Amino acid sequence: MTGMWSKLRQQPWIWSFIAMIAVWLATIIFTRGQGAGDILTAALSFATFTIVIGLGQMMVITTGPGNVDLSIPATITLSGVVAMKIMDTDNARLLIGIAAALGVSFLVGLFNYGLIRLLRIPPIIATLSSSFLILSTAISYGRGIRIKPPPMLDDFATAKVLGVPVAAIFVALLSLAIAIVLKRTRYGRTVLAIGQNPRAARLAGLNVDLTRFATYVLSALLAGVCGIVLSGFSGGAALNMGEGFLLASIAVVVIGGTSVAGGRANVPGVWGAALFIYLLDTMLNVFGASAGIRLIMTGVIIIAVITIAGGDRAQRS
Amino acid sequence: MPKVAVELTRITKSFGAVRALGGVDLMLAEGECLGLVGHNGAGKSTLMHVLAGTLRPDSGSLAIAGEDVSAHFSAATASAHGIRCVFQELSLCPNLTLVENARITHRALKGFGWKARARKLIAAKLDEIFPNHGIDVDAEAGDLNIGQRQMAEIARAFTVTDEPLRVVILDEPTSSLDAVTAKQLLTFMRREVAKGVSTILISHLLGDVLDHCDRIAVMKDGKVVAERAARDFTRNSLVAAMGAAAETKSVRQIRSRAAKISTEIAVAATPETAGRTASLTVNKGEIVGLAGLAGHGQTRMLIQIFEGARKPGGATKVAGEAAFIAGDRQSDGIFNLWSIGENTTVSSLKTLRRGPLIAADREAEMARDWKERIGIRTPDMNDNILTLSGGNQQKALFARALGSKADIVLMDDPMRGVDVSTKLEVYDMIRKEAEAGRSFVWYTTEIDELSHCDRAYIFRNGAIVAELGPDELTEDKVLHASFAESA
Amino acid sequence: MTNYGESRNHPFLSYRDCESRMTALALNRKTLRALLPLLSLVIVLVATFYAQPRTMSYFGLNLMLQYAVPIALATIAQMFIITVNDLDLSIGPFVGLVGCIGATYLNDTPLLGIVALALCIAAYAAMAALIHLRNLPSIVVTLGASFVWLGIAVLILPSPGGKAPDWLKAIMSLQVPVVPFPIVAALAIAALVHVGLMTSSYGVIMRGTGGNPRAMARAGWSELRTKMAMYALAGLFGVLSGLSLIGLTTSADAHIADRYTLYAIAGVILGGGEFVGGRVSPFGAVIGALTLALAGSFLIFMRISPDWQIGAQGAILIIVLALRALINTGEARR
Repeated sequence: MTGMWSKLRQQPWIWSFIAMIAVWLATIIFTRGQGAGDILTAALSFATFTIVIGLGQMMVITTGPGNVDLSIPATITLSGVVAMKIMDTDNARLLIGIAAALGVSFLVGLFNYGLIRLLRIPPIIATLSSSFLILSTAISYGRGIRIKPPPMLDDFATAKVLGVPVAAIFVALLSLAIAIVLKRTRYGRTVLAIGQNPRAARLAGLNVDLTRFATYVLSALLAGVCGIVLSGFSGGAALNMGEGFLLASIAVVVIGGTSVAGGRANVPGVWGAALFIYLLDTMLNVFGASAGIRLIMTGVIIIAVITIAGGDRAQRS
Repeated sequence: MPKVAVELTRITKSFGAVRALGGVDLMLAEGECLGLVGHNGAGKSTLMHVLAGTLRPDSGSLAIAGEDVSAHFSAATASAHGIRCVFQELSLCPNLTLVENARITHRALKGFGWKARARKLIAAKLDEIFPNHGIDVDAEAGDLNIGQRQMAEIARAFTVTDEPLRVVILDEPTSSLDAVTAKQLLTFMRREVAKGVSTILISHLLGDVLDHCDRIAVMKDGKVVAERAARDFTRNSLVAAMGAAAETKSVRQIRSRAAKISTEIAVAATPETAGRTASLTVNKGEIVGLAGLAGHGQTRMLIQIFEGARKPGGATKVAGEAAFIAGDRQSDGIFNLWSIGENTTVSSLKTLRRGPLIAADREAEMARDWKERIGIRTPDMNDNILTLSGGNQQKALFARALGSKADIVLMDDPMRGVDVSTKLEVYDMIRKEAEAGRSFVWYTTEIDELSHCDRAYIFRNGAIVAELGPDELTEDKVLHASFAESA
Repeated sequence: MTNYGESRNHPFLSYRDCESRMTALALNRKTLRALLPLLSLVIVLVATFYAQPRTMSYFGLNLMLQYAVPIALATIAQMFIITVNDLDLSIGPFVGLVGCIGATYLNDTPLLGIVALALCIAAYAAMAALIHLRNLPSIVVTLGASFVWLGIAVLILPSPGGKAPDWLKAIMSLQVPVVPFPIVAALAIAALVHVGLMTSSYGVIMRGTGGNPRAMARAGWSELRTKMAMYALAGLFGVLSGLSLIGLTTSADAHIADRYTLYAIAGVILGGGEFVGGRVSPFGAVIGALTLALAGSFLIFMRISPDWQIGAQGAILIIVLALRALINTGEARR
């Protein structure tokens, strides 16, 4: 038992799960067990979106210091708007809509990497500038009209099996796939290697440029997926639908034990962190805390988690 | 009897499992120049870091001018006691001008008009040490070339404001200087010594040490093994004291290999950085050395070949794939977060796949195989790479390159800090691989290692200035070619 | 993360004759790069005048640039953090928090307000200590802090309102002869910071810590102290930014300055600053901030559809950075 615990304790994601369970327990103790399952279901529904984009952000952050994708919220919006407009509430146009939204997301990733690679703009500024452009495109294209999703998309996004959202199951499969990609493919290994030492990665014969390109595209595509499903979930695309996802995407990656210094990714941690953040909010809500207190607690906990878990990660000089 | 400037007693220091200093005693008198020599990894630099207060020893004591300062010794106290140093890895801030860099080491340079005083201070010292240096003291350090930066750093170490100047440590101060400026520095150093300043000169150029030092201490495996007046040493006795068995000419291979080398050309390249230069060719199965003073474009040549292998059709012709073995393990080689196994297999992932995924069993098998073949000393290849000693980390890098499909192996002075037994094993392996048809391009700073090469090119200022055949690979000839321009 | 600039891959010298020519070329490039922020500002300014000639007046400029002062102050705050190789994702919400304190406590009970603002600055210094001692990534700590600032601000001022102290309003509506106040103020800020950071002997230590922290430690300077000082300065300028902002708006809101985080980063970079290596420029940063503030007005005058205004700002950023990349390419070949 102790052996297992000491092994578990070394997993960077364990903290987010412990925190998540603690917060959930505190909540149901307060409500005397009422709605324990509903809270989890709701958490899974909402956390799903954060997890999808969190996985993309995780891959980007893992490619090393300075790498971050700030265009995720704008991409979510653009993808949602494109999908809704092209689908036009028609089930028959579902696939075209998805293809168009993902196509646009791919272009976003391509554009981001173009700025980073060809113009040598630091990723943080490159993705920030492109997010302005993307958002304008979304505003101009969407013209603020709220179009309902086609019924099929709506059904999919809100469907549940035994209280578990179907979308969450798909995201679980996606997470598994990404975990395997990281561990068992040349692309994944290259991502991890670049994050530790890009020069050494190049000299080891790995394809640094192609991998970084693929990673920014992956992040944009996942943001696109999030945009499509989120539109279905919340009854249409809105121009502010990406709001809040920027900080959330970085927060879940970091709380989940992915190293901000790069080279170490953690898929389960993204799950733990996303659920934790949502459950924390629920708990504070249940406790009757005001919006201000909820924000403060979120911030304090992000800092506390990185302080407790971060000290050991400092091997990089 | 001159007064004692600094005395180090029984200093020990270990890095993990590696014992860098094993109880060193060293004394330096006022107005004395002490030469410190030893092979790479003998502990010279570590000892100097201890003296400069930038490394805390595990045990031992340190006295400056008779006062025991070991209790709270730090870089600041060292500086307050007048200890200055010029380290191998330069310590200028690249984003600051030389004037501003002077301010960093002098707390007294502050208040109104500090800049003018600092400018005068550094410019005067540069003029004094290196007449006609042509360095703009208002230029940012990062915009200067490496030689100019080294000159600036040396000048800065000798400037005086409120803190005394007692001991100056010069760690390979001439490594990036041309012969003229190196001579200027050594002359200046003698003048300062005559004024009562003590200096410690670390140099791989034994002639400099023999000619310019009063006393020489020889270090080996973290200990001082010989310490005598400089005039009691000759070049040969000094080399013998360093324990350089490899230098004895008897171990030179018999050059029967020449016949076996194919005439097929594996690499044809011309250094891109230099205006007038010779070209380099490597035949299949040949071991070609790159020599000359450290940092004169050899690494760059290797990288040029490496990139040439990745992008066919360029000016650099490379037949086949290339693998690179880093000498600077930390910055060019190892992946800190990974296991030894992952570090070993990273260049062979393509061949370890089954379907789209890397097969875990095949990866483990390759790691196990190389652990045996190259003798990596570890209980488990799944342990983190940093659990290994430096030499064993280097072996993992050799395994990475030799285990890949590469036809050409590029070696960037990979034996730095590697123990002798490992070296011998690796030399042997390189020879066998070459006989099996692999080509090697081997940059080395240790002239002895050239004896394992079939031919060598000498680099100076980014250009190839000489090609030496198998019978010409002697220290004299190499040094002569490295310095020819100004000597 | 840290590049000591003296790594082995630094280009080694080639032949001397060719070298001196290279140095001259590099110097040209350097001046060009230094002038680029100013050039961008002039282009945007000229374009604005062309699009709307009436702006070419004292009042026109005053109006267009009024928000330049708080943006410039926030940009300088960000610049201090970037100087020591960190990044502050919380400066926007922090400015908002200061605004809320300024429009409530500082107006109602000035003493309490001053204490609260001093605590804000102390909190920044404490953040630096935490980041340095635990070796944490600054973006994550400041990300967390941004929630904290926002939360406190929402507690102080749950809905937009409050009232800025009259003296603040008076300062911000100051009329200076000939040159509009925002320009004078922005230049004064830049000059002050330039003296402190670029020419004073302590500024050297601050920048050196960004350039080669190891060398600074070796020379006996405490990185902890430097970082705390820089963060405290950032806090101070954040406070000034918040106060000047409510001096203009006369009331506050917790979310009043959320965009400032991005503006400030963009301003520093537009102004020629670099994310790592301690290479920053106070004048550049202020000019970058002015350019961003002007770009907003310019786009309105250009009758660019409001949909595309934010996009056009992104485009301006990209164009300027592309130009810089072009200048740098030659340099990198050295």
